Amino acid sequence: MKYAYYPGCSLNATGIEYNISSKAVASYFGVELKEIDDWNCCGASAAHNTNHWLSLALPARNLAIAEKEGLDIAVPCAACYSRLKGAQVAVKESAAAKETIKDIIEMDYQGSGEVLSMVDVVHQGIGLERLKEGVKLPLEGLKVASYYGCLLVRPKKLAMDDQENPMKMDEIMASIGAEPVDWAYKVECCGAGHSTQKTPVGFKMINDILRNAKLSGANCIVSACPLCMLNLDMRQKDLKQDNGENYNLPVFYFTELVGMAVGYTPEEMGVPKHFTNAITLLLEKNLHPAGRRGA
Amino acid sequence: MKRIGVFVCHCGTNIAATVDCPGVAKASLDFPNVVHAEDYKYMCSEPGQDVIRKAIKEHNLDGVVVSACSPRMHETTFRKTLESVGMNPFLLECANIREHCSWVHPDKVKGTVKAISLSRLSAAKVALNQELTKSTISIEKRALVIGGGIAGIQAALDIADNGFKVDIVEREPSIGGKMAQIDKTFPTLDCSACILTPKMVDAAGHENIELITYSEIEKVEGYVGNFDVTIRKKARSIDMKKCTGCGICWEKCPKKLPSEFELGLGERKAIYTPFPQAIPNKPVIDRENCRFFSSGKCKVCQKVCATGAVDFDQQDEFETRRYGAIVVATGFELFDHGVYGEYGYGKYPDVITGLHFERLVNASGPTGGKIKRPSDGKIPKNVVFIKCVGSRDEAKGKPYCSKTCCMYTAKHAILVSEKIPDGKPYVFYMDVRTPGKDYDEFYTRTHNKYGAEYIRGRVSRIYQQGDKLMVRGEDTLLGKQVEIEADLVVLATAMVSNSDSAELARTVGFSYDAHGFYTEAHPKLRPVETHTAGVFLAGACQGPKDIPESVAQASGAAVKATGLLSKTLMATDPMVSFVNTQVCYGCGMCVPVCPYKAIELVDLEERVHGKTKRRLVSSVNQSLCQGCGACTVACRPGAINLKGFTNEQILAEVDAICL
Repeated sequence: MKYAYYPGCSLNATGIEYNISSKAVASYFGVELKEIDDWNCCGASAAHNTNHWLSLALPARNLAIAEKEGLDIAVPCAACYSRLKGAQVAVKESAAAKETIKDIIEMDYQGSGEVLSMVDVVHQGIGLERLKEGVKLPLEGLKVASYYGCLLVRPKKLAMDDQENPMKMDEIMASIGAEPVDWAYKVECCGAGHSTQKTPVGFKMINDILRNAKLSGANCIVSACPLCMLNLDMRQKDLKQDNGENYNLPVFYFTELVGMAVGYTPEEMGVPKHFTNAITLLLEKNLHPAGRRGA
Repeated sequence: MKRIGVFVCHCGTNIAATVDCPGVAKASLDFPNVVHAEDYKYMCSEPGQDVIRKAIKEHNLDGVVVSACSPRMHETTFRKTLESVGMNPFLLECANIREHCSWVHPDKVKGTVKAISLSRLSAAKVALNQELTKSTISIEKRALVIGGGIAGIQAALDIADNGFKVDIVEREPSIGGKMAQIDKTFPTLDCSACILTPKMVDAAGHENIELITYSEIEKVEGYVGNFDVTIRKKARSIDMKKCTGCGICWEKCPKKLPSEFELGLGERKAIYTPFPQAIPNKPVIDRENCRFFSSGKCKVCQKVCATGAVDFDQQDEFETRRYGAIVVATGFELFDHGVYGEYGYGKYPDVITGLHFERLVNASGPTGGKIKRPSDGKIPKNVVFIKCVGSRDEAKGKPYCSKTCCMYTAKHAILVSEKIPDGKPYVFYMDVRTPGKDYDEFYTRTHNKYGAEYIRGRVSRIYQQGDKLMVRGEDTLLGKQVEIEADLVVLATAMVSNSDSAELARTVGFSYDAHGFYTEAHPKLRPVETHTAGVFLAGACQGPKDIPESVAQASGAAVKATGLLSKTLMATDPMVSFVNTQVCYGCGMCVPVCPYKAIELVDLEERVHGKTKRRLVSSVNQSLCQGCGACTVACRPGAINLKGFTNEQILAEVDAICL
């Protein structure tokens, strides 16, 4: 199994753990992720506020390069996923849009191949059955609130799962032995859109998400988006300053947990890079190699 | 040579404002065969008709064109005008220069040119019109009412009171329908059962009414006046003659199931009547869930029955009866809110529908009339009502307004305030729509007197937090997000057509709309008739309706049905298809395209070169044919023609405007 791989900018910077763990999981299950040659920015957050055609042409160029090889495209970042999928849908829906985009990027692009989020690569590409078979360390004791956020499931025609109650990450978590909790905030906005310019705007949103996860009995959150991760993980200390709430709730990329379940160490998955301490929880639940050796 | 008169109507200024009517009349004199033309202010008025009558006599006309409004409006009027002077009424053509011309064209010059074209077209057609005569059919003096809810009961009572026999076919074990499940009625808050059950008793005791419950319509053949209807009487497993309805059987039956009547909030037995006031008050055995039928053991009901009425060997029975008229009153269902993820996809037990709420406040309901929430039986304090669930929502539900929800939600809000001392009703709404006698006054009382808080906005999410339901939405008047800690949420789900409404429409043979509601013959002027002669509509099967409207429509349908039944013979429309058997070669293409099942292939015996030969040809049942013309299009050799709309007439019209 082989996918064209579009890491995008986050996965080389704030979301590097997502990059490391996605590649590790793929390689464990014999899935080849071939990075798209000469890929460019997907345009997320800036292009669609600037120029409509720019916002379609930027991702379309990446898609066009991948199409030459006839591969489906794996996209870990939720924002990149939304932009790439959006460009593909625009091309499929309108012949006129297709021609305009082709003119701009000066490349042929027919809209073939699937644009898949990393969640789909694991859920469908690898499949839950193979995933279960590959588990060496079931993540028993982890009560996981699967957080999907906005861009993976909205709008409907770009969605990789149900808009109101997506379940794919929950099913992946159950397959690796963790316990997904039923909670109410899995598709709420985390406020990342304002995270850098007007940080306090998002505090209530982050607070509500973390509180509901905790009230629902979760001891950690999993995410499939570098921006959500940044917001939920890094901003916990800001919340503490803002309203005194100290959730101390570890946030993982779902691929990190899948990686640990199939035998990688938390360090290999980049878990120590998190802002909110996640190692302690793993030690508590006897899911850290160091802890297990000690026990 | 024909002698045709053209009569151009001004319709006050409706036509005359954008069409030069005297000009049209003058131009008409140049059409072939036209010997007389004139215009008049109101052609449909009595003096206007006199203009036509006088001209027919004076000019010895044998064809009349009235250039006026749509033939749907006044064709019958002008046909009678012709008839009154002894002229065949089918020698008339109506040129529609109002709806098709003056009302839609602002330019008087162009409008006049078009009106002249339309008049020329009609003159060309009327030159080929033949004298047609109506034939007659006999009428079976018995009516069928399909559905035994309030609409069906009312229609049956009215027909029966007018002296005609009527059968009610109801698929449930009892008549009563949705109204039997409702607790109180708006805007008077009188008890639904108290006004319904006397009518149910009246229907059951009426000498002209026969109740056929637990039965369905299997097949309908025939036509107006003579419908042959096959009814499937489902095996009740009870001998209705022997059963006294004493109730010992359902008391002793060991198998408990969720009750459909209580919407799963209460229980029933495997042998049961749906509710205590059921009519007939005789049980049925739910064979799928009966212990005897699934395991071969039990028979408790048979053992305890003193009259030996339990009969496990009963089979479905089929009976064919003839009816002159059919009233369809099959009611509605409620929208399944399981598609709304934001309201929990139907998985929260304390998010219920309005009908569930009716059962919770009903004194004979599962909680004895105490409003207790389904999850833990606690009495709720904050009750949130959400309107327009499934209605006015093209994305997930239906585009239409369900019409009754604003009023029943107002009623529910009052009941919360009355029955729960510290209860607080909140109502999320898009608009409050309360047209109707005493309706808006009723709604106003909900917030003036009963303290209901109305919040204009949609709910974006409901989620469970502890034992509370958090209802988050927008108050669009304040422009703010609101969040309410609710103990119970009641959804005003839309009224939708029955899931099998299309199937019944096809079985009986009439039309329905995109939402499965049955289509009336005219939205304003023929609201209780279908396009199929002899089939009438009552109640919510035609569209969302409350009780008073359903009852009114039922009485209307009953008048139409009795009007039909009161005749011994009925004249039929002569504009039907006929087959030229010389040209027909029996390919049978016309048979499946006929929506009224009016065409069949028959054996034709003929003498060819001195020998007797037999071959198949099409034959049109003139009583069934509704004159739609579908067969004339499908006929490859052009053997079928529609009287009054022959191929030659249509081509003459085309020639008249194109050549």
